[in-house]
Amino acid sequence: MVSWEPVATIAKKIQAGELKAVDLVEQSLSAIAGAEEYKAIIATTADRARARAKSIDAGDNKGRLAGVPFIAKDNFLVFGAETTAASNILKGFDAPYQSTVINRLEAEGAICVAKANLDAFAHGGSTENSDFFTTLNPRDKTRVPGGSSGGSAAATALGLAPFALGTDTGGSTRQPASFTGVVGYKPTYGLTSRSGIVAMASSLDTVGTFARSVEDAELVFDVIAGRDELDSTTIDRDVEGYVVAPAELKDKKIGVIKEYMSEGLASDVRSSVEESIKALRNAGAIISEVSLPSMPLSLAVYYILCPAEISSNLSRYDGQRYGFSSDDAKDLNESYTKSREIGFGREAKRRIMIGTYVLSSGYYDAYYKKAQTVRTKLINEFTDAFKDVDFLVGPVAPTSAYKIGENANNPLAMYLADAMTVAINLAGVPGISIPCGTGDALPVGLQIIAPQRADRELLSVARAAEGVLI
Amino acid sequence: MAKLTRDDVLHLAQLARISLSDDEVDGFSEELSSILQYVEQLSNVDVSSLRPTNQVTGLQNVMRDDTVKDYGYDPKELLKNVPQTQDGQLKVKRMIG
Repeated sequence: MVSWEPVATIAKKIQAGELKAVDLVEQSLSAIAGAEEYKAIIATTADRARARAKSIDAGDNKGRLAGVPFIAKDNFLVFGAETTAASNILKGFDAPYQSTVINRLEAEGAICVAKANLDAFAHGGSTENSDFFTTLNPRDKTRVPGGSSGGSAAATALGLAPFALGTDTGGSTRQPASFTGVVGYKPTYGLTSRSGIVAMASSLDTVGTFARSVEDAELVFDVIAGRDELDSTTIDRDVEGYVVAPAELKDKKIGVIKEYMSEGLASDVRSSVEESIKALRNAGAIISEVSLPSMPLSLAVYYILCPAEISSNLSRYDGQRYGFSSDDAKDLNESYTKSREIGFGREAKRRIMIGTYVLSSGYYDAYYKKAQTVRTKLINEFTDAFKDVDFLVGPVAPTSAYKIGENANNPLAMYLADAMTVAINLAGVPGISIPCGTGDALPVGLQIIAPQRADRELLSVARAAEGVLI
Repeated sequence: MAKLTRDDVLHLAQLARISLSDDEVDGFSEELSSILQYVEQLSNVDVSSLRPTNQVTGLQNVMRDDTVKDYGYDPKELLKNVPQTQDGQLKVKRMIG
């Protein structure tokens, strides 16, 4: 396990010439080589990373992330390695351009060293749906690291780089952060550009950051956040930026989500979360119970809207424009159907089929439009809750990391594991998972949720909470 | 409703342009039925006074100037991942039998 100084400290030392970027890149690459058994990484971008490090050492960049190595989930378009989204159909895809957030990190001097494993196309919560291999949890190799950004989470927990990027469509950053004991931050929808990221569900997709502290996560977020002309759903950043001091917890109004603390919560998760809430109360926060009655419906809403958007977004993988193409087809239609049969894994097919069903004529109103309307109801409940409290808290997932293979044959059971994260994406609000487990037990995360666009306040209170939980 | 037969699954697969193995058709008929049964709990929710949410940002009509912008891309570079090309164009199999 490699330890890194805080990201801001590393960058300052690079700027002052006290550290060399080439050494940091080698440190990261050798950590990756030494941790191969965990299968967190799909490929390194070693050549490009070394070249960038050299030019940074030569004085080309004195940015806020100068010389800081990082790892990107393999659904970000990045130069220097294939972008596969851990799917067979994209194997061999060589990105002709980079995602906006990667460009923004590079402009401040950060160096991408590797691409991390995920559930193929980010469909899943364990990395078991990767078309290549399953990542192991650094804390217990018989368990999953969570997902879909399980490779990024494990890489951060193993110290393969100071931070990693993930995506969060229904919990894919917060849940693996919770399972591996690192910080995982999902911002307000629209603050992170989706340009150059393999699309999953476009009305829900956000960029997540994994780090070992909230302080590191907020600096990374401050660099990537804001409007992008290449993604017309992006919104303006907070004028004051996102690098904040820890908030004063005293008199902060914090609501515990009643529906998340109900039966069905594993005992280790319950006790860690309850202990954390006690710690927040002892620090002066005003704790109350808050009910969002439609919360139990959020999973049903998500598993209609998300597959619907997936079935539309994944129509582009047709074997004609990029990716795997079947040679064995007599005409165009057969080329589509065979390329997709072989190129997609079972979960991608399952979601495409569900999405196709709920969008098909005759079912559209009953499923898709109904789910969109219940989404409104859920959003209204969040708005009402935030009239009474500043933040909401609860667990991130009903359990800690489960055994590899435990849910593999039951897709519905796998979906139910997302019960405490998807509502946050549906409402577009920001959420963060910070470690709150104790000792040798499996990691558990505390989820803190804020109103839409209150990312600055969320990061500030998370920094304070981090201080009293550990 | 929401019990999908083999024929339903095959029809969906055809709409989605995916060939399925026999094993997949059987598996999906079970799995999709149980997932659809789960999401059907929404049918009883009263939403009479509410409108559907398409997006959460509140943005409307995001405009930009109608000008050509050079991103410096080389068309050849953009076509490098295409399985088959001819004269700088995508080449596909015949469409009509």
